[in-house]
Amino acid sequence: MIKIIAGLVLSLLIVTSQAEELMMARTEQSFPEAMSKLQETILDLGYKVSRIQRIDIGLTKSGYETDKYRILFFSTEKEIAEISKKYPHLVPYIPWKIAIFAEQQDTLLVSADPMQFTDKKYPGADKYLLKWKKDTQKIMQILRQSE
Amino acid sequence: MTLSQKYHLLISLLFLLASPLVQAKPNGEQLYTTHCSACHGANGHGGVGVPLALPDFQYGVTNDYLKKTIRHGRPGRIMPAFRSLKESEVKAIIRHIRSWAPGKPFKYSNKKIKGNIKHGKQLFTKNCVACHGANGKGGEGTGVTFSRPRNLPVIAPALNNSGFLASAPDLMIKTVLMNGRDGTPMVSFLKHGLSEKDIDDVVSYIRSFEKKVVSKKAKETVNPLISYESPYPLKETLASIEKAIIGKNFRIIRQQYLNQGLVEKGKENKKQVVVYFCNFNFLNRALAIDPRVGLFLPCRITAIEKNGKVTVSSTNPLYMSRFFNNAKLDILCEELHQVYVDIVEESTF
Repeated sequence: MIKIIAGLVLSLLIVTSQAEELMMARTEQSFPEAMSKLQETILDLGYKVSRIQRIDIGLTKSGYETDKYRILFFSTEKEIAEISKKYPHLVPYIPWKIAIFAEQQDTLLVSADPMQFTDKKYPGADKYLLKWKKDTQKIMQILRQSE
Repeated sequence: MTLSQKYHLLISLLFLLASPLVQAKPNGEQLYTTHCSACHGANGHGGVGVPLALPDFQYGVTNDYLKKTIRHGRPGRIMPAFRSLKESEVKAIIRHIRSWAPGKPFKYSNKKIKGNIKHGKQLFTKNCVACHGANGKGGEGTGVTFSRPRNLPVIAPALNNSGFLASAPDLMIKTVLMNGRDGTPMVSFLKHGLSEKDIDDVVSYIRSFEKKVVSKKAKETVNPLISYESPYPLKETLASIEKAIIGKNFRIIRQQYLNQGLVEKGKENKKQVVVYFCNFNFLNRALAIDPRVGLFLPCRITAIEKNGKVTVSSTNPLYMSRFFNNAKLDILCEELHQVYVDIVEESTF
């Protein structure tokens, strides 16, 4: 009961406080520390990191100069199974992802607001989008506060 | 906990949420960290956004300018319009920004300057175009890149931007032209030989951009998805997708199952396949325009077989592009959208 009430209040606060299309955070942690904290936070929220795409490695190998730039994909087995079965409009967007990259001594994180992908035809999918939104906000907040 | 205690807890929480104490004193530092610091830096030293902590910027702009900038943003130039923030939250953010520079900022009246627009244009072409671009369209690049070496603290602002024109009073523009802005490439044009009358003419020319600002197009309905049904079996469809990708001069990065990495190896759903691909030259261009484009990366097309039917789908770059408020990126996304459509169409034709 208490958890439900607290969840309701938190959801209300989150939904009413932010309506930007991109979710972004800056942390004063160095890239390796931020990367490690990001993975740890994702796991704490009950997800699994399915892949880390090393964008910087591909660019460097092709002769372009860049700082560290990675994409983390995360989800759960159950989530992928249900979404791919019932909600085709979300298939190209799963597993959900966060881009993480270095800016000098700081590290930046970017993700989209999942609520941008709601579709009236599939109201059942909103539970996933809302969960991703809340969890992505939590991740950003934890990373912002990490030192 | 008894039912009565739970009831009281619920009432207390709802009361707390509605309490004026919670709503009346927004924390400017916290709001800045959440909404602004990713672009402007934790202490306002800039990044993709202008360095707000720069003393000359602090003294040269009014609170009204900051407020209007937060509200209007800079359409097409990354800075979004924060319309959902409450008035008290905007004020709290401004108070926090002001905490970096002691002292009072300039105050400007809203008096209109009436100069000679024609002469102002001549002076602008001679003195300002090199940095601010023809017709005040702004410096190349819509911000300082996040992930590359940075050469300048700021990119010259777009003076013809409706957000800028709505925020900056004539006297503020005049003062910047007269004094320059220390710590940026903006010099004092009084010291560079222009008279105060000349500067008035330039201000009037800049203000005349207002008449040329094209009203923002209504957002067309764009589907977040590009999706086609394939007449071929999954294996054949995947082969066609790869062929079409290579034909578009992109490189296949890998092919994997949708739930790969989430299930035990060997237990993946073999009827759900993702093809990841990239063109590093294209990617490099995109990152130079907006380093946040990781949301698009890597390029991917998903093919799923369900009940004997194969569906090929991808994200729609035109839809995603809107999140960035970056006119340059919109152009690149149109190009990428066409690439996606061509690949999906070719592989399902």
